Amino acid sequence: MNLLQQSLAVARKDLAIELRTKESLNAAASFAIVILLIFSFAFDSFADEMNEFGGGLLWLVFAFAGALVFNRGFARELPNECLDTLLAAPLSAAALIIGKALANFATLLVVELVSMIVFGIFYGVDWLAQAGGLGVVFALVTWGVSILGAVFGALTVNLRLRELMLPVIIYPLMIPLLIAAIELTDTVLQHQPVSGQMQWVRVLVASDIVFTVLAWVLADTILVN
Amino acid sequence: MTQAIELTEVWKFYGDYAALRDCTLAIQEGSCCALLGRNGAGKTTLLRILAGLTYFQRGAVSLFGEKPRADNARRQLGFLGHGIGVYEDLSARENLHFFASIAGSSNLRSLTDTWLERVGLARVATMPVRQFSRGMRQRLALARTFIHSPRILLLDEPFTSLDDRAIAMLSELLSEARQRGATIVLSTHQLREALAIASHVALVENGRLRYTGERTQEMLDDPALLYRLHTELSPPQ
Repeated sequence: MNLLQQSLAVARKDLAIELRTKESLNAAASFAIVILLIFSFAFDSFADEMNEFGGGLLWLVFAFAGALVFNRGFARELPNECLDTLLAAPLSAAALIIGKALANFATLLVVELVSMIVFGIFYGVDWLAQAGGLGVVFALVTWGVSILGAVFGALTVNLRLRELMLPVIIYPLMIPLLIAAIELTDTVLQHQPVSGQMQWVRVLVASDIVFTVLAWVLADTILVN
Repeated sequence: MTQAIELTEVWKFYGDYAALRDCTLAIQEGSCCALLGRNGAGKTTLLRILAGLTYFQRGAVSLFGEKPRADNARRQLGFLGHGIGVYEDLSARENLHFFASIAGSSNLRSLTDTWLERVGLARVATMPVRQFSRGMRQRLALARTFIHSPRILLLDEPFTSLDDRAIAMLSELLSEARQRGATIVLSTHQLREALAIASHVALVENGRLRYTGERTQEMLDDPALLYRLHTELSPPQ
């Protein structure tokens, strides 16, 4: 079995468990919806400026909701010492982390889709016309934060305060991704061409590649001991 | 005969505490080594090092000439730790399918069915493990450990809290594994069961290997003999 097949096997297993328990999906989606609703009361949600700061609001919500998803990723392996079993199995550590990132990615995309529906309704933003552009931006950002979440989820899995430590560690590292995400989301929501913001696309692609390669190379060191 | 497992002057520290001190051990392919010793002696640490689950500070460890974290080494490994290592929210079939697939086994469907039948879980194959009794979980854990026919089996106190049926099953699986030439290392407090299976014995005390050698008839006749001869502690009751 190669790395991709092993990663997909891990992701399939995690998603099967998630579909059955809906632990992180329910928590993250309801958190995102509640935050979006609260902000809709706090601001004039139908103001023209919503397209200008909609990206910031959305990515703030996704970042917080993401932490709920990432925390569950490796915590799921703690009961019955499943993590030890996986580490002793003929499964590469890189495949384990990338598989977890793939599961994070899929779960977070669902949370983002649900949030976008709520965002469209409560903020009067018609984003469906830009769904293609937003989809590409969301996919690039979500992969970056998912791989970060998987790596640091693995590092913090045995900490008593992991629910607190994981966000504290990953948010500073997410900053380049989030800045790029906000800029690009605002651009797309304002019906402007992304070609004028290519530097942020490069930031996203570079971040995704760097984080993925680092996760691949350091996986064994991260997971063992 | 080939050496399946070799530890050379291995030291393992947790902070300042030396959990393993200068341990040297060679286990031949096809043999069954019982790691004996009291709680905290270092048996689990030794097994975790062999399984590649923890690093050590000094010395060298090899499984068939490979480092424990090498892909080739882990492909040949079956590990059963203190936890059963199966997912509560998956069914027995899904668990076995997953572990067989990451081990690179072929004919997953028939292999999974065979093992479900073998451990008596075929009728509850689609039921989530969280609904299983303790004995059913243990049998599933045994199937998970043996499903890819590993050449090296590392078992940490495998008899502890097993029911009669699981003990019989484990004994049968170990016997079969030995017949096909697998190397077995098991740690245990249960001297009689371990000595009955083992071809070799290693006694660990305070992180040191006090005795390594073949299991003799005298040990079978008097399981506490090892402790009396090689440790400063009184024999277990």
